[in-house]
Amino acid sequence: MAKKARAINASAQAASAGTLTAPGGTGIVPAPGHAAPPVPVGDEETFAIIEPGHTYGSISQKISEIILHGNLWTGWLVGLAMTVSLLLLMLTALSMVILQGVGMWGINIPVGWGFDIISFVWWIGIGHAGTLISAILLLFHQNWRTSINRFAEAMTIFAVMCAGMYPLLHLGRHQYAYWMFPVPNTMQLWPQFRSPLIWDVFAVSTYFTVSATFWYVGLIPDLATLRDRATNRFAKIIYGVFALGWRGSAKHWHRYTAIYLLLAAISTPLVLSVHSVISFDFSVGIVPGWHSTIFPPYFVAGAIFAGFAFVLILAIPMRALCNLRDVITMKHLENCGKVMLATGMVVFYGYLMELFMGYFSRNTYEQYMTTNRMVGPYGPSYWALFFCNGFAPQILWFRKMRTNIPCLFIVSLIVSVGMFLERFVIIVVSLHRDYLPAAWGMYYPTFWDWAQFIGSIGLFSTLFLLFVRVLPSISMAEVRELVHHEGHTAGAGEVAYEEAETSGDGQTTGSNLKPRPAQA
Amino acid sequence: METNKQSPLYGILAEFETPEQLLDAAAQARDAGYKQMDAYAPFPVEGMSEALGFRDKRVPLLTLIGGFCGGIGGFTLLWWCTTIAYPINIAGRPLFGWPHFIAITFECTVLISALTGTLSMLILNGLPMPYHPVFNVPAFARASSDRFFLCIEEKDAKFNREETMKFLQGLSPLGVSEVER
Repeated sequence: MAKKARAINASAQAASAGTLTAPGGTGIVPAPGHAAPPVPVGDEETFAIIEPGHTYGSISQKISEIILHGNLWTGWLVGLAMTVSLLLLMLTALSMVILQGVGMWGINIPVGWGFDIISFVWWIGIGHAGTLISAILLLFHQNWRTSINRFAEAMTIFAVMCAGMYPLLHLGRHQYAYWMFPVPNTMQLWPQFRSPLIWDVFAVSTYFTVSATFWYVGLIPDLATLRDRATNRFAKIIYGVFALGWRGSAKHWHRYTAIYLLLAAISTPLVLSVHSVISFDFSVGIVPGWHSTIFPPYFVAGAIFAGFAFVLILAIPMRALCNLRDVITMKHLENCGKVMLATGMVVFYGYLMELFMGYFSRNTYEQYMTTNRMVGPYGPSYWALFFCNGFAPQILWFRKMRTNIPCLFIVSLIVSVGMFLERFVIIVVSLHRDYLPAAWGMYYPTFWDWAQFIGSIGLFSTLFLLFVRVLPSISMAEVRELVHHEGHTAGAGEVAYEEAETSGDGQTTGSNLKPRPAQA
Repeated sequence: METNKQSPLYGILAEFETPEQLLDAAAQARDAGYKQMDAYAPFPVEGMSEALGFRDKRVPLLTLIGGFCGGIGGFTLLWWCTTIAYPINIAGRPLFGWPHFIAITFECTVLISALTGTLSMLILNGLPMPYHPVFNVPAFARASSDRFFLCIEEKDAKFNREETMKFLQGLSPLGVSEVER
């Protein structure tokens, strides 16, 4: 049995590695001759982008069934109960802060930015992977992005929602939030546009609007599929309204593809700008530990690093619960692991560079800031950061580890904690001891800080669970296109591969595989 | 369908199983002289617009114009606010500190171009459209899942109920049906 499973996996791999008659498999398969060594994986796993044998119909059926006739009730309900409890915790914390003021949090002078800004940057960073997957990888023709882009974009939107809440609460006088926008008013006041904090307002609100637009545009054809497949009249009407009467006309597709690519092209610089602007919040300031030119690239890399970790945290349970192992395959998980490793190295380089510049600047305050990070009162957080973001991801160099699901999941959790610590080190540790020793102080998060942060995870997960239940978490139209495209590169039409006879030691060669046309 | 000859038609719809058949059918219909037709597919089929002879570059153009308006509008707003409407001296820095305007100008460019592009896509496509005759054909429900359709519309000069029907049947489709208005 194990041997047979191994043979199937090996054949799927051989097919994906292009050892078969795959002419010009650009962008889909690794370079010819680079056949990866077979790694034993479970019975249901595959290294293809999509399990061979899927048709347009089977994709539409499979993904819309999850929503229209879902069987994930028990697990989903238990999950929702847990996340809603966390959401209630957040609402309590939120009410507390609105009623009593930000004094409920641990922030004070000198540490005026605490968990609120840490969480803000943390959530925004998580969102960036969604845009990276949906826009940048689309422009680079990375076909494997297709099946993970929808839920990654949803992740972006929900993460930005969570993030957006913090600066609003941090204002203290929430009723004046609109002062940040250029609204004509009787006081004849205008925002101070030369401050990075106002750039932030524009960057984050633009990011949210454009991501939501991109997401909705992508959803329109899928909503039409749901409208056409729904049997429940109420569902038909609701999906019908949001599908806007989409009918898949070639003329519509023509304009649709144009704007979809344009939105991707627009989002690509946008995502880079958003986290750069967020890093300006710090680097334009003169606090030691903030005033650094390395911040924009290193913040962007950190955002993608954290975001891919979060994609894995969401994808691993989702593909198991919704039985999507044939669409979100091992290949996706492995690629996410690779991106994490690459961006993690950039981030780690940033940490080392900060250390070096602290020494090299010959500036007393910079040097003290560096020493204080390592051996000051918050020293353990710095070393934990090194472990989480610097050392733990190194395990992903090993393919065996990258394809080991529990290992990927644990590394992703460690990275998420690490990214929180990174912002803690940058924000709190820099602020608590700056130029004047007389003004030094300590910051301790209160119960309400924790409640607000943990609660925002509840808000995110509640929105995500609702999304999985009512909207297609995988883009059906794009996966159908992928099936079409895959069929072309693998030969003619839809081709499935016959189980190869293994020769003795279980090694499979390309010549053993016989393509056969799939049953219509 | 045959019994109800008097009802006005929107067109005649042929159903195909693969995108290749649809492309082929569209090319043949064009060769036969049909111009007013549309193809329906569950995903964007490469080469379909060319096969139908359809060209439209307005969406990218409008997106570009939107981007220009957003950028220029954003920059003008910043300039006007900081130098004319509310000039405030902060540590002696110049009022017209244009390097500080780059981030917001960029965000305005992105925002307005994305919104203009999306809206122009929807408006040029005539969406939202609560009613369309092709949905009167029951088989059309699969146009959003796994079937491909070609519709020759009644407004075409060459349209003739019997002949067009015969022509579409000659393309070996899975089925052909009349689309009532």
